[in-house]
Order: sequence, then C-alpha cells, then structure tokens
Amino acid sequence: MTTLLQTTTSDIDRAWVLLETLTDPEIPVVTLRELGILRDVLESATGLEIVITPTYSGCPAMGQIEDDVKALLQAHGIQGHVVTQLAPAWTTDWMTGEAREKLRAYGIAPPHSTACEPQGSAQVVKFAARQTPNQVVNCPQCGSANTTETSHFGSTACKALYRCLACMEPFDYFKPY
Amino acid sequence: MNAPIDYLLHLADNALILGQRNAEWCGHGPILEEDIALANNSLDLIGQARMLYQHAAQLKGGGATEDTLAYFRDVPDFRNYTLCELPHMPLMSATAQGDRDFAITIVRNFLYSSLMVLVWDQLQASKDTHLAAIAAKSLKEVRYHLRHSRDWLLRLGDGTAESHERAQNAINQLLSYTQEFWANSPQETAAVANGTGINTVTLQNDWNQIVNEALQEATLQRPDEGGFVPTGKHGVHSEHLGFVLAEMQSLARTHPQATW
Repeated sequence: MTTLLQTTTSDIDRAWVLLETLTDPEIPVVTLRELGILRDVLESATGLEIVITPTYSGCPAMGQIEDDVKALLQAHGIQGHVVTQLAPAWTTDWMTGEAREKLRAYGIAPPHSTACEPQGSAQVVKFAARQTPNQVVNCPQCGSANTTETSHFGSTACKALYRCLACMEPFDYFKPY
Repeated sequence: MNAPIDYLLHLADNALILGQRNAEWCGHGPILEEDIALANNSLDLIGQARMLYQHAAQLKGGGATEDTLAYFRDVPDFRNYTLCELPHMPLMSATAQGDRDFAITIVRNFLYSSLMVLVWDQLQASKDTHLAAIAAKSLKEVRYHLRHSRDWLLRLGDGTAESHERAQNAINQLLSYTQEFWANSPQETAAVANGTGINTVTLQNDWNQIVNEALQEATLQRPDEGGFVPTGKHGVHSEHLGFVLAEMQSLARTHPQATW
C-alpha cells in the first residue's frame, strides 16, 4: 500500500471512481453521488477532502457513510479525510434521474420536487393549514395513481408508508425534503 | 457572527428534551405506525439538537463537546421551554407508562412545531451562518412534524366523544405553557440584538392563526390563557425535568468517556 502525500488531479479522478462504488447503507441500490450526499472531492494540504452533506438531521446512516468513505480511502492508500457540510441543505431535488429510476425499480416511489415549499411567515401559515399533500404518488409496482398514504413516517427518516389501492401492495415513498 | 451560546442551548435543549420525551413512546405507541412516527420525530429532534450542541461546543471551547452539553449539565443549566419537559400524562394522574395520553403528546407536538416552522423559517436569515444552515435543515423536518400532529389533532378533536374530550383536556392543560414563547429571555434578547436570533414575539400572530385554524377545524375550544408564565428557558424548571435527565444521562454518567 502506498500513501500519497501529494494529491494530483488523477487522485481526485480516482477517488470519484472509487466513491462511485459506495451506496447508501439503507438503500443499497443508489450511490452516495446519485443521492446527492457526496458533494465534492477537493485537494487540501493534508490529502483529499471528501465533502458530504447530511440528509435528515438524525439519520443514523450518516455515521456509517462517513466510516465507509474513510475505509475506502484507506483501503486504496489515499490520504484524505471527510468533511461534513451543512449548507446548502441537502434536498431530494439533487437526486439524479438515474437514482430515481433505481429507487422505483427497487420498490420505493421517488420523491416529488420540493419547488412549491413555502418561504416566509405568510407562506408557512398557509402551508400549515393544508391538510394533506395534494400530489399523486404512483405505485412503484404497478404504476397506478390510485394510492393512499398509510403514515407520514416509515421505516427510515426519509420515507413515508403508502398503499396501492389497485394492486393492494404497500410501498415506501421517498419524501420530498 | 456567532449566536450567543445560551441561545443555541435554548434551541438545542428544546429539541433534545422533546425528542427524549417523544422517544418514550418507542415500543409503546398506540399503533405500529405511530410508534414509528414518534421514533422518527425523536430522531429528527435529537439530530437537530446534536447539530446545535456541536456548534455551541465549538464556540464554548474548553473541551466542551455535544456529549458534555447533553449529558453533563444539570437542571438549572437547561434552557428548554417547560412545555417540552412535561410528561405525557393528564394532570393529577400517576406517571406510570400505562397512563400516557396520546392526546397530550399530539397537542404538545402541534403547539411546538407550529412555533418552530415559523422560528426555523426566520432563522434561515440568521447572521450566524452555521445556525442559518441548521435552520434550513430543521425547517424541512419540522414541517413533517406539524403535518403529522395537526392531522392527528383533527382526528382526535373531530373523532369520538372520548377522543374529543381527551384532546380538549390536553389543550386546556398545555396552552398556558405556551405563554413562555412570548416573553423574551436575556439570551433571546442578546441574539436579536446581534442579528443572529429572531424576536419570537413577532411570530405570535402567525402562530395564533395556525393554532386557531386547526382548533376550529378539530372542533376544539381555545381555552383562556393566563396565570403563571413558565420559566424553563431561564433554567427554572418544573419538577419533571430532573426525572428526564436522570434517565437520559445515567448511562453517560455511569460510564464517562465510554465509546462504542
């Protein structure tokens, strides 16, 4: 194993290729890059800087993700460290089209856009009065739009529980964040 | 520009103590979906508390960490609203697990998240950029908490005679505690003065609108407020916080420096 103290562009490229093998610990079909968690790979005085951003504040997968990145760098003899960046806040809008398709194939309905979310007190008050989300969530199994929300919260922080009224299967919906 | 440490602790302690309280339902939820929902709510709140404690610890220095702030401070050091530390039980009931009332949980989460959607929204413009970043994340989460508690408030209030009565009792019991939202503490005044905090008093009308609309829809009466204004954020708490801390801090204090 060799330790590279001097990082070069090729190290950055190599790191991106290696990091592409890392998937989300709870949704093992999508990579950290596709989910928008992996933000950047930068050079620094002490090796590569791998910039990640947390999803939900309390997501227990974040610790695992950081460990996975560190272990990967170490296994390939790349000097580097992980930096957690809070701003701009992660949003499901960063998820790539590829990731959305993979989620659907895996049985998780991909998130809608967050574009209509409120900003400013007046908007927040209006939002508060809106009872249920008015967007249709299609069943990832049969594609039907005839679905209903069972619970706002599901098996992980990022998902809601839904049920399809056409094929009667329950499924997860990746909530817009 | 940095927010005053006590202001960060006020925000963090609110989230941690309410997160700890809601986690009491873990394994005891009235139905499986609610067990999961409240555990998720706790995860978000404790996650928000962690980010705030990490920020406060860095400003504080002297070896402070998120763990020393959460586990090695005592009751008078905590700056949370008294509302957050109350048990899930109706007044004058025993405090055995079986006496928890889901209506209390829902009404408290509704009153708190109705405030926090407004607070986090405004704090996105904080001059403390780290706090602004935390606010942007927390806002996304508290929106879901508000939607969850508001939907349940409607179901309970406009449900059966029993659920209506319990929801009405819960709002009667808890609403007076929200008076603490509208009396600025020194840490809040200091945060407003340096542009890192917000003047919560200016949010009162919007909060009233959110609360009144929901109560009306839930066929519940808004009780009169008044009487004692709680002082949790000044460090003067109800008798309940000590019990919360005893349970929450016991592991860390029995095995200080332990890692796993």
